[in-house]
Amino acid sequence: MSRLDFEDVTVRYGHHTVLDGVSLSVPAHQIMGLVGESGSGKSTLARAAVGLAPLASGRVLLDGQPVRHQGRRRPIQMVFQDPFSSLDPRMSIGRSIAEALPERLRRAPQRAEIARLLELVHLDPGRAADSPGRLSGGQRQRVAIARALAGRPDVVLADEITSALDVSVQGAILNLVREMQRETGLTVLFISHNLAVVRYVATHVAVMAGGRIVEQGPTAEVFSGPASDYTRELLASIPGPAGGDVRQRSPESGANHDN
Amino acid sequence: MRRHRPEVLRTPVGIVGVTLLTVLVLLAVLAPLLWGDRATATNTGNMLAGPSPEHWAGTDNLGRDILFRTLVATRLSLVLTLVATTLGVGLGLLLGLAPLLLPQRLGRLVVAFVNVLLGFPSLLMVLFLAVILGVSTTSALLAIGIAIAPPFARLVHALGAGVTERDFVAAARIAGVPPARIMVRHVLPNVAEPLVVNATVTASSVLLAFGGLSFLGIGVQAPQYDWGRLMQDGLAIIYDNPLAALAPGIAFVLTGLAFNLTGEAAAGTFGAKSRSRMRWPAPASPRPGTRDDADLAADRDGLVLDVRDLAVTFPGPDGPIPPVRGVSIALRAGEAVGVVGESGSGKSMTALAVAQLVEEPGRVTAERLAFCATDLRSGRRAAHDALLGTSLAVVFQDPMTSLNPVLRVGTQLGEAARRHQGLTRRQASARAADRLRAVHLAEPERRLRQYPHEFSGGMRQRAMIAMGLMGTPRLIVADEPTTALDMTVQRQVLDVLQEVRREHGTALLLISHDVSVVSSVCDRVLVMYAGRIVEDLPSADLHTQARHPYTRALIGAVPDMTTDLDAPLATIAGQPVDPRHVPDGCAFAARCPLVTDRCRQEEPTLQAGPVGAVACWHVDDPIPAETEEVAVG
Repeated sequence: MSRLDFEDVTVRYGHHTVLDGVSLSVPAHQIMGLVGESGSGKSTLARAAVGLAPLASGRVLLDGQPVRHQGRRRPIQMVFQDPFSSLDPRMSIGRSIAEALPERLRRAPQRAEIARLLELVHLDPGRAADSPGRLSGGQRQRVAIARALAGRPDVVLADEITSALDVSVQGAILNLVREMQRETGLTVLFISHNLAVVRYVATHVAVMAGGRIVEQGPTAEVFSGPASDYTRELLASIPGPAGGDVRQRSPESGANHDN
Repeated sequence: MRRHRPEVLRTPVGIVGVTLLTVLVLLAVLAPLLWGDRATATNTGNMLAGPSPEHWAGTDNLGRDILFRTLVATRLSLVLTLVATTLGVGLGLLLGLAPLLLPQRLGRLVVAFVNVLLGFPSLLMVLFLAVILGVSTTSALLAIGIAIAPPFARLVHALGAGVTERDFVAAARIAGVPPARIMVRHVLPNVAEPLVVNATVTASSVLLAFGGLSFLGIGVQAPQYDWGRLMQDGLAIIYDNPLAALAPGIAFVLTGLAFNLTGEAAAGTFGAKSRSRMRWPAPASPRPGTRDDADLAADRDGLVLDVRDLAVTFPGPDGPIPPVRGVSIALRAGEAVGVVGESGSGKSMTALAVAQLVEEPGRVTAERLAFCATDLRSGRRAAHDALLGTSLAVVFQDPMTSLNPVLRVGTQLGEAARRHQGLTRRQASARAADRLRAVHLAEPERRLRQYPHEFSGGMRQRAMIAMGLMGTPRLIVADEPTTALDMTVQRQVLDVLQEVRREHGTALLLISHDVSVVSSVCDRVLVMYAGRIVEDLPSADLHTQARHPYTRALIGAVPDMTTDLDAPLATIAGQPVDPRHVPDGCAFAARCPLVTDRCRQEEPTLQAGPVGAVACWHVDDPIPAETEEVAVG
């Protein structure tokens, strides 16, 4: 099991409360989407889980145990939004991945492990010596995913990992996330402002606004029969014909859900 | 850094600097070996002599040859300079990195300490420390090293803090890399370049500082001698033999130059690179004729924007780079046309060219470029500005950078109206309030008195649209107007754009990477790839009638609220075309599942079809089912 629980987590920067008593349970071996607008606290929640944001109160639990932020093996790994900032430009991608390996390996096994991880994210293992500057945005994001997997985590936090990418690349990364999760049984918290993307990758979804969770549940239920006004507003603002469809469809399917 | 090193030698400044430095190092190594004896050989019979064939710079008060002494002193002067610089740089690194490693409160204390030290002039610090530490070479070394540390520490801290905020440092922390190792592995390599440059320049001031101390008698002590001491000795006899003081003086100047020029050249290569090597092809292509103006004139009546064969080129190191290669767009009053494509497809550059905003050294050419029936390629620039100022509105992606942060929103809105429409301040303000109301901003009068930072992103974007509406625009060019905005705000901004279109019959050219945004607002969609339009079709037919394989893949790659959850998303193999190397034939060939030899050789042109136009040799072929995911992206 690898269930990630946020218990009444509050994060303050100065007098500004970014997270206001957030309780959220990310089910084990599932992808949970976290949607909300900028400033709603989505990223801070992820950063709190890996110790990058200080908790004013509350706890982050992994399978009921408080998450440790010391030592070599870190059970929670994170993939960042901007693949141009998340890889050290002075380091080959192989070394970046090697750095996240939980134990020190000899040369040959380490190289084999890096090759395995690169293959896992569909990159040519021969490129391990390349610097990030020679990779496209989508390829860099694949390396960042490989690095996160290198730590053999139980939980991966994906913070807007496709929003800095071109639409043509976004599809490939989303496919990769789903495939990765299916193969490794990871628990994933998938943060995105794009509801259609979350609907596609996530089995569960939580909606955040103003530092609080306003709604959570299985994706299909939340999107077809939103309980909160805020979720309804989010769904209504999806552009394009699909957004219109949802608006027309939602009352009906909501009724089904009530039955 | 390795790849920069030859660059240092490409500029005259760099060549001179590095050559001087090499000569000095050679002197420092060889001079004491070759001429050490002659520099210390006293000759009481020939004291304080002027220049002569035996002693080119004369002799000192013990009859020693001044030229040889100056040459031999190179070693001590350079060594002391380097040791003091190393000491200062090392101390600076420690003090600069400490706040990033220590607990927050302790770190702040270190920063405060460095700031206090920075308050003292460094020369004063040097003298103060040199006197306190006692008169010896070592104490002079320490004094200078300590004095140059604070400014260096400040630089290290500022640069280092910038790097530690980046995501790769966060990633390393999450991976469990200890803080000290993060500093060595991630932070230092990424700040090394400016630090090296700064250290080189610091070295030349250390040289001078050390010389100064020796000159004052609190630096190097006899019988040792450096250039500072030689200068002091020479000064006593400057009226009898000026060269006695000038020789070490010249040594100072040359060494200082060597350090500064090398640093300068290094700074130049680290910063803006190879600006001088961009080049244009020798003859610019001749301006195309206007052969079809007459016969098509009737058809063009009522066109707000009429662009034919628009091309934008930038100079590059290997010849011109064409981000836009022959784009034609015609827009009627009230019509909304969207342009979609990946980054690098030339869509934004097309928008900029239409708005006459392509900056030097970019060049815009077109067979026809007419806005409201005025040819923008010829005629007076001022006349165009007046027309564009009142009839064209441009909305950019980032509303924060397109509003001036230090001016009130009202002032910025009123500026164009006062300039182009001759309104008074009061009239302009009234109109601005009215326009803000038109874009649904509450309390417009109060909003006008506020600064851009008091607005949210969506409000700023609506203020930008309001600014465009100060006149009565015939065309709004919006380049990714909602990309930086939240979903709910995006809806509001798109609604405002639609409203303007309906009420004023304004045409809209909407650039976006988001197919769903474009298809929800626009009548027609132009799909761009590698600087060309590859498909032009009504947005209602986008999901059903798209015929170009690129368009079809682009739509399949983006999930919407009806996407099949069990099937993988469509992917587009390979990389977008680099505008520097546009291939022959169809630019999409390398990524296309339908590619044939013909595609690689002949470039398809836009051909009208039943619902639009498409540039592809295989428009009606079915796309083969995807066999496996492709290992590039």
